[in-house]
Amino acid sequence: MKKGRVWKYGDNINTDVIFPGKYTYSILEPKEMARHALEDLDPDFAQKARPGDVIVAGKNFGCGSSREQAATCLKYAGVQAVVAKSFARIFFRNAINQGLPVLQSAEAVENIQDGEEVEVDFARGEIKGEKGTFKFPPFPDSVLGILEAGGLIPYMKKKLGKKEE
Amino acid sequence: MGKTFSEKILSLRAGKGVEAGEVVTVSPDYILSHDNAAAIIQEFHKIGLKNVKSPQKIVIILDHVVPASTEKYALNHKIIRDFVSSQKLPNFFDINCGICHQVFSEKGFALPGKLILGSDSHTPSYGAFGAFAAGIGRSEVAALWATDEIWLRVPESIKIELEGKLPPGVYAKDVILKIIGEQGADRANYRAVEFAGEAAKDFSLASRLTMANMSAEMGAKNGYFTPHEETLDYLKERKRDDFQIITSDLDARFEDIIRVDVSSLEPQVACPHTVDNVKAVTEVGGVKFHQALIGTCTNGRLEDLKIAAKILKGQKIHPRVRVLIIPASQETYLLSLREGIIEVLSEAGCVVLNPGCGPCLGAHQGILAPGEVAISTANRNFRGRMGSRDSEIYLASPATVAASSIKGEITDPRKFL
Repeated sequence: MKKGRVWKYGDNINTDVIFPGKYTYSILEPKEMARHALEDLDPDFAQKARPGDVIVAGKNFGCGSSREQAATCLKYAGVQAVVAKSFARIFFRNAINQGLPVLQSAEAVENIQDGEEVEVDFARGEIKGEKGTFKFPPFPDSVLGILEAGGLIPYMKKKLGKKEE
Repeated sequence: MGKTFSEKILSLRAGKGVEAGEVVTVSPDYILSHDNAAAIIQEFHKIGLKNVKSPQKIVIILDHVVPASTEKYALNHKIIRDFVSSQKLPNFFDINCGICHQVFSEKGFALPGKLILGSDSHTPSYGAFGAFAAGIGRSEVAALWATDEIWLRVPESIKIELEGKLPPGVYAKDVILKIIGEQGADRANYRAVEFAGEAAKDFSLASRLTMANMSAEMGAKNGYFTPHEETLDYLKERKRDDFQIITSDLDARFEDIIRVDVSSLEPQVACPHTVDNVKAVTEVGGVKFHQALIGTCTNGRLEDLKIAAKILKGQKIHPRVRVLIIPASQETYLLSLREGIIEVLSEAGCVVLNPGCGPCLGAHQGILAPGEVAISTANRNFRGRMGSRDSEIYLASPATVAASSIKGEITDPRKFL
């Protein structure tokens, strides 16, 4: 169980404002990606985010481009989970494949405020905020396996039983 | 109860009857990537395998930053070329070909009834050919290169019935913008969108590509048109493989059916900073801008450049604006040259750039400065997409962008026909 500060945003947060297109082919290192996380939405975020922070947003989070760096940059900025009313489908897949938990709970989004501290309990499927505790559906085993391995590539590496060359 | 196109094709591929909501493990016919293949190669190596499983399925088309504008981009391209050569990948298209979605179509990979996955969010474009085509991320492409398998959720389907006949000066782009404006950017999230109805039957293949391309802006997993005669004629000399047309059953279950009468539609404009912020051109007329772009995977085809040339013939662009023309592919470029389109556009004062994505995603060739405004035929107008986060992008049809280029402000193209 980890505590973290909430960064709250609105509906339709797109991948261009999460990770600008101008960096998509010039930055390949995850830590460098993290320095540009949410740059065109909230220029303060990348500097002020701390490990364990939680992004809380409205519907269709991550819409737009298929760029996986949108998930990577948040993960390496220290974000432990994104809680939203709904996710765009490619972002949803990308987040899991990067080992970034994405939690859907409209109730949590409506009751959690920017700046408050929350606790996320993945095993119980709960987010505890100042106004109460909110449930999210637990992940199926296949998704848990990918999240626990730290993403699809480490998961595949384990599964195929090969060592990095 | 019958099945939708998406249920049918995924049932065929899964080897069992499945319905919307089920998850299947399937093997695609083609796996597309572009400049991001460099990052995919990096991920592929991490898995620890020496060779890709099915080299003939991998299609790589360089388009995002072509030719390379910086050393970093150049290195990415080099990593890709080296990998293509060491893995003996037969389907590689270098910087002289054009935008991946146009090249993929021209080279006969986009075929009816094929299952296509790509590391680009506009992969649903190939629904214009009656294919099942969806965007995925980089890690998944690397995993596909390794295993040739992926899980997909069978999507629910929404049918969009297009009725009536388009009035002059109004195009497929206006129709799809209108639909996205009314339905919202997440209306089709996780869903398939089938375009049907009398008006859809009349739409050219180029127009169908525009609409299937932009189905992604409603969140759609895939778009779909039933292939028509023009599509089949187009494929005759191009197809890479045999194909089978798959259509929805007459009694298929659609989650929703949306009817759109196009007869009284006006030209539409998506305003900053979301694609679903759509207004009629008559409501935003007079908005001044600095740069116009006619091109991209949405509207850079011969049909689009022809319309632009028809409006700009014998005219000059407004002295205050810059107008960029980017043919979607080398084939489009050559055909436009032969038809005199490039000459007309050059004489009007436009800058004609080489086929590729250009400034659409803010990487090169016409980046916007703070405070600048652009009007573009592209599919996205998100904040900062074409450069500065303090710039603005309007989206419209090639006709609207061409007419606006003459006036230097957003202009109704119907006055120029």
